[in-house]
Amino acid sequence: MAEVTTAEKSSAKAADQAAPFEPKIIGFLCWWCSYAASDMAGTSRLKYPPNVSIIRVMCTSRVDPAFILRAFAEGADGVLVAGCHPGQCHYVSGNYKTAARIGLLKKTLSQLGIEDDRLRTEWISAGEIYKFAEVMSDVTEKVRKLGPLNWRENFEPK
Amino acid sequence: MAEAEEQMVKLTIDGIEVEARSSETILEVAQRLKIDIPTLCFYRFVKPYGACRMCSVEVTIHGKSRFVPACSYQVRDGIEVQTRSEGVINHRRMLLELMLARHSQVPVIRELAREYGVDTTRFEEMPSEGCILCGLCVRVCSEIVGANALTFVKRGTDRYVSTPFEGESDTCIACGACAYVCPTNYVKVEDVRSRKYVFSELALGPTTPIHIPFAAAIPGIPYIDAQTCIHMQTGGCGICSIVCEPDAVDYEMQDSFEEMEVGGIILATGYKTFDPARAKQLGYGKFDNVITSLEFEHLSHASGPTEGKFVRADGTEPKSVAILHCVGSRDKNFNEYCSRVCCMYSLKMAHLIREKVPDAEIYELYIDMRCPGSGYEEFYNRLLEEGVHFIRGKGVEVSDRPSNPWAKPIAGGTAEKNGQLFVRCEDTLLGVPRELPVDMVILSVGIEPAEGVEGVARVFKISSKADGFFMERHPKLAPVDTLSDGIFVAGCAQSPKDIPDSVAQGAAAASAAMSLIDAGEVTLEPITSVVDEDVCTGCKTCLLVCPFGAIARDEEKRVAVINDALCKGCGCCVAACPSGAITQRGFDDIQIEAELAALLTS
Repeated sequence: MAEVTTAEKSSAKAADQAAPFEPKIIGFLCWWCSYAASDMAGTSRLKYPPNVSIIRVMCTSRVDPAFILRAFAEGADGVLVAGCHPGQCHYVSGNYKTAARIGLLKKTLSQLGIEDDRLRTEWISAGEIYKFAEVMSDVTEKVRKLGPLNWRENFEPK
Repeated sequence: MAEAEEQMVKLTIDGIEVEARSSETILEVAQRLKIDIPTLCFYRFVKPYGACRMCSVEVTIHGKSRFVPACSYQVRDGIEVQTRSEGVINHRRMLLELMLARHSQVPVIRELAREYGVDTTRFEEMPSEGCILCGLCVRVCSEIVGANALTFVKRGTDRYVSTPFEGESDTCIACGACAYVCPTNYVKVEDVRSRKYVFSELALGPTTPIHIPFAAAIPGIPYIDAQTCIHMQTGGCGICSIVCEPDAVDYEMQDSFEEMEVGGIILATGYKTFDPARAKQLGYGKFDNVITSLEFEHLSHASGPTEGKFVRADGTEPKSVAILHCVGSRDKNFNEYCSRVCCMYSLKMAHLIREKVPDAEIYELYIDMRCPGSGYEEFYNRLLEEGVHFIRGKGVEVSDRPSNPWAKPIAGGTAEKNGQLFVRCEDTLLGVPRELPVDMVILSVGIEPAEGVEGVARVFKISSKADGFFMERHPKLAPVDTLSDGIFVAGCAQSPKDIPDSVAQGAAAASAAMSLIDAGEVTLEPITSVVDEDVCTGCKTCLLVCPFGAIARDEEKRVAVINDALCKGCGCCVAACPSGAITQRGFDDIQIEAELAALLTS
């Protein structure tokens, strides 16, 4: 049985229209690594799609799984959580906690029928500006391919 | 005996009355008085031997006089010593006559004989090979070095010094002490294998195990290389501790770890040079006459292995030299960044070579000349006028044979000779490939982050850039700060830079650190977490997740309490709190949800 994506479920087939679908993605970036990388990418004038809206947190371990669910509920098509590489967390072990929490959340999301690619974790150190730009493009493209999530129509009780 | 040694005695030497310790010898007292007594078999640090008798002096005691060797005769109370009486002179002349009979070819003996007016000998001549049998080498080897590799063989006129069974000694450690003390230079240490200059080995020049690392080292204190020190390796020698008057030599010293409390840390971990063996096509390590810029620096230095003479591995002077820029830098195979210092030091090398070998052909093979800096462009112009050939094109290959062996040597190129090298490059200004026959190739190696900087970055929780250098807080506005408070960077730890830039950044980092310390207090970020005591159930989940131990449980109120000074504000307890009792200032749920709403409804 072919998998029915959330986009196919939704009635609005925006993809058929002339304008390409521009996904809305929320990015939770840790201040010490990934946010610094975004800063550096900016000063280095790297180009990447503007679809990811960044929310700065001190550490990805501040990201309550509830925030991610709320982001989806309020209309985000994808969520990116980016922090320091394992072993390089400014707060010793915050990224390990995040990895554990996101792992559990992903299971819940898959049970709801939300595709794996809509929630992504990445470890980007402050110096990895090219990786940062690459991740930004990649996450945008992947979510664009999945189409809009349309939480209200697909997941909220009518 | 010890008490007897402390006794002071009075004696006269050449009419001078002196006081001396009874443990001293006449020679020691005389040397203190700057009275010259000739010696051959005497050396301060080995026991007196009294073999050569050249130091004989006339001692009068209780009205009787006799000749004694000054080196081994301990002074006594009331003795009268004559070092240059007629009897002494005659005695020495006789000794010299005897020695001339055997050692007339030894310069030291001839010199002494001339001094005492002895030209000929009345005795039957039995020329020796130059050894005067003073026994210094034997004694030094056993007493100081402790190797016992030398010994006297046979007796009487057949006596000579040799290694046991006259073979290559097993116990000899080739320290050279015997050759050093030999008064006639008869003992020589020879390398039994034929060797060439090995630039990497000789990089700092031959040196003794105890030495000051280099001429301008800070601190300028000698250190002992435990790997080559005879004392450290065999327990012998120890001469440095004997000669050091303030008694500063300590063989027991060990590496130690010290803990210091500081208010700021400056990371200036420096750099290492690119290992050109990684670029196999350049022949480093394969051809003897391909050296790095740093090896050239040692070679051209006045205190280097060749005392500043610029030579090839076989000791001949190179007549043509190619300097290859950007080795390991601006190269996608190795490091993409520019190492910044190589253009200038390559120019300096060309200038030094021009000075040492005025008629040498010098080629600079560059991609771009990067000479920004005070006076740098002027120096480049000067080099252009010094007749250095600048070829715009990277040296791509170094070979020991020409690409076309039948082609006639290029005009100006030397005929094929031992160690001739061929450098291939593309002259991008002429648009032709070129091949330069040269005698020597110098690789201008680039700068890389120092060994182990990843570990340093992890310890201080700072970030590194993609190329491995430490990342500053902001490339323009905070060039010496890092993302960790109180940690600063300076010099090549941050990026390749030359000495003026490193000095400037070092000074900037020092003042940044000082201003932090001087303030006397640290401003904490106002982003710590707080517990709502009315909601907290005291479940201790937050205690488990806090990496800093900043949360404790108030047993009386049965709630969690956060220590503001310890809390670093990561907020992981906020996300973990099952009852939602903890909020992070500046990052509370309402604020983040408001951000979400604002971003998603726009």
